[in-house]
Amino acid sequence: MALDTTLQEAPAPTLTPRQRRPRRRRLSGRTITYGLLTVGVIAWLIPFAWMAFGSFKTQAEITQQPPTWWPVSPTLDNFAQWFGPLNFWTFFTNSAVVAIATVLGNIVFCSMVGYALAKMEFPGKRILFGLVMVTLMVPGVVTFVPLFVLVSQLGLVDSYAALILPFITAPVGVFLMRQFMLGIPDALIEAARIDGAGEVRIFARVVMPLCGPPLATLSILTFLGSWNNFLWPLVVAQTEPHYTLPVALSLFSIGQNATDYGLLLAGAVLVITPILALFIVLQRYFIRGVATAGLK
Amino acid sequence: MRPGYGRRPSPAVAARNRRRALIAWGFCLPFVLVFAVFMLLPILGSFAMSFTDFKATDVQAPFNVDFTGLHQYVALFSDPRFLKSLAVTGTFVLVGIPITMVLAFVLALALNSGRGRIVALFRVGFYAPVVTSIVAVSMVWRYILQPDGLLNNALAVVGIHGPNWLNDTTWALPSLILMAVWRNLGTLMVIFLAGLQALPEEVNEAALMDGASPWRRTWSITLPLLRPTLLLGAILISVGYLQFFEEAFVMTKGGPLDSTLSVAFYTYQQFGFGQYGLASAASYVLFLAIALISLLQFRLLRSKD
Repeated sequence: MALDTTLQEAPAPTLTPRQRRPRRRRLSGRTITYGLLTVGVIAWLIPFAWMAFGSFKTQAEITQQPPTWWPVSPTLDNFAQWFGPLNFWTFFTNSAVVAIATVLGNIVFCSMVGYALAKMEFPGKRILFGLVMVTLMVPGVVTFVPLFVLVSQLGLVDSYAALILPFITAPVGVFLMRQFMLGIPDALIEAARIDGAGEVRIFARVVMPLCGPPLATLSILTFLGSWNNFLWPLVVAQTEPHYTLPVALSLFSIGQNATDYGLLLAGAVLVITPILALFIVLQRYFIRGVATAGLK
Repeated sequence: MRPGYGRRPSPAVAARNRRRALIAWGFCLPFVLVFAVFMLLPILGSFAMSFTDFKATDVQAPFNVDFTGLHQYVALFSDPRFLKSLAVTGTFVLVGIPITMVLAFVLALALNSGRGRIVALFRVGFYAPVVTSIVAVSMVWRYILQPDGLLNNALAVVGIHGPNWLNDTTWALPSLILMAVWRNLGTLMVIFLAGLQALPEEVNEAALMDGASPWRRTWSITLPLLRPTLLLGAILISVGYLQFFEEAFVMTKGGPLDSTLSVAFYTYQQFGFGQYGLASAASYVLFLAIALISLLQFRLLRSKD
């Protein structure tokens, strides 16, 4: 129905263009849709392009009016500043260490609870699952004040432990793993048990190898959450050696460099590019994760 | 039921059950420990602190604080800045969500009618902002929204003299909403698209046979069938919008004249002033709103099972 292609020039000598136009030559609905979508997606991506171009402009060019689109005299100075005096690698390493530790913790611990909740019977199970469900959406802004007091008591302020520990497991991950593991047939587990495998062995060798899809989703969501996390690192990382990338970037942006947009845009490029690259490579998993989990 | 069976397990069975329970709790142990210390304790702690005069100076001796009953909540609701932050957060949610939902729905419908690689490309493009750090993109938007920035230059082309977006009490909040829509559209688009693709074909085909127009099919068939998905999307996104903070932190610092002061930002400020009791009370008000919404989601998930 909607397959008719547009603008096919067919000779029709007996009619004047005026008579023909109104009905037959209309653009098909699909072409209009794609046209609008193209305009939309370009508008959606302009901020990224503007950021990338700006990061290569000199301070003079970035404040110039009217603004240039493409950098006239491209420079790497903004990036050189980040990699030189501004200690980019410290912040990058912090962000990466925290994110990777958080992902590993979630993979192991959330799967373990998920398995127990899905495939075992034990007293207290309903209460545990209830607590997981109730806390599914508790945001950091609710817990950060007492958490800060707690972390201070433990003497962990300004440490990796403080950045990692509170996020090393998450109710969302438990929920995700449990939901998937419910679908693993009991017979498989029973068979392994009859073969004499212990519970730990069954978990590690039978159940976990089947959990690729939810583990991919869990890893991606956790990595994303950790890499972009802001409020807690802002509160708890108090000296430069423990700043994560977003914290470093935000503090530079409201300090003395507040109007040095070349520098700030280069910083934004450095924060966004790794995650955007990961997204483009793994986009199927990102999108499937959000669509199936429905929980961020 | 014969006596001796079922009711009271034999010692051997009881021992096996106990062993199984131990193993199960063993699997749960790491999670339970972290969860109890870093999640449950702070949630309860936040609640407890909101009834005390806890200040930054009490951190070393947390049990020396005084119980002050509802004093912090009274102080909170008589602080015009807190009331302002409630209004700002409310506006952000009530304006931002319908816009995001409508755009995402239209987008999902458009993408659902297409097929193949090009649709995948559009999807990736619209979804890309979702994965980015709010802090980083806020920086970019701050630059775009400068008085002589990209947006105003674009508006000037069509003869509009744009305002100083982020320094204008009228335009600062709409600017943040615009950015939130830009960043969150992709999430809802993906959820709605998944919902659309799960709809039964037959109903739509039957309506097509009956000669229903596309508009009518969308309005009378797709929308009602998609209601659970739409509701789920609304809940998800509203929980995120309720806590908006980073955008304001980077782009406006809550200003001008508190016109972008969110509840989360207010909480952070009180924490910065050392007023931990007041900050806890403010965060608990936010928590209540989010808890109510989560409850709705919980019931929704249940009814789907």
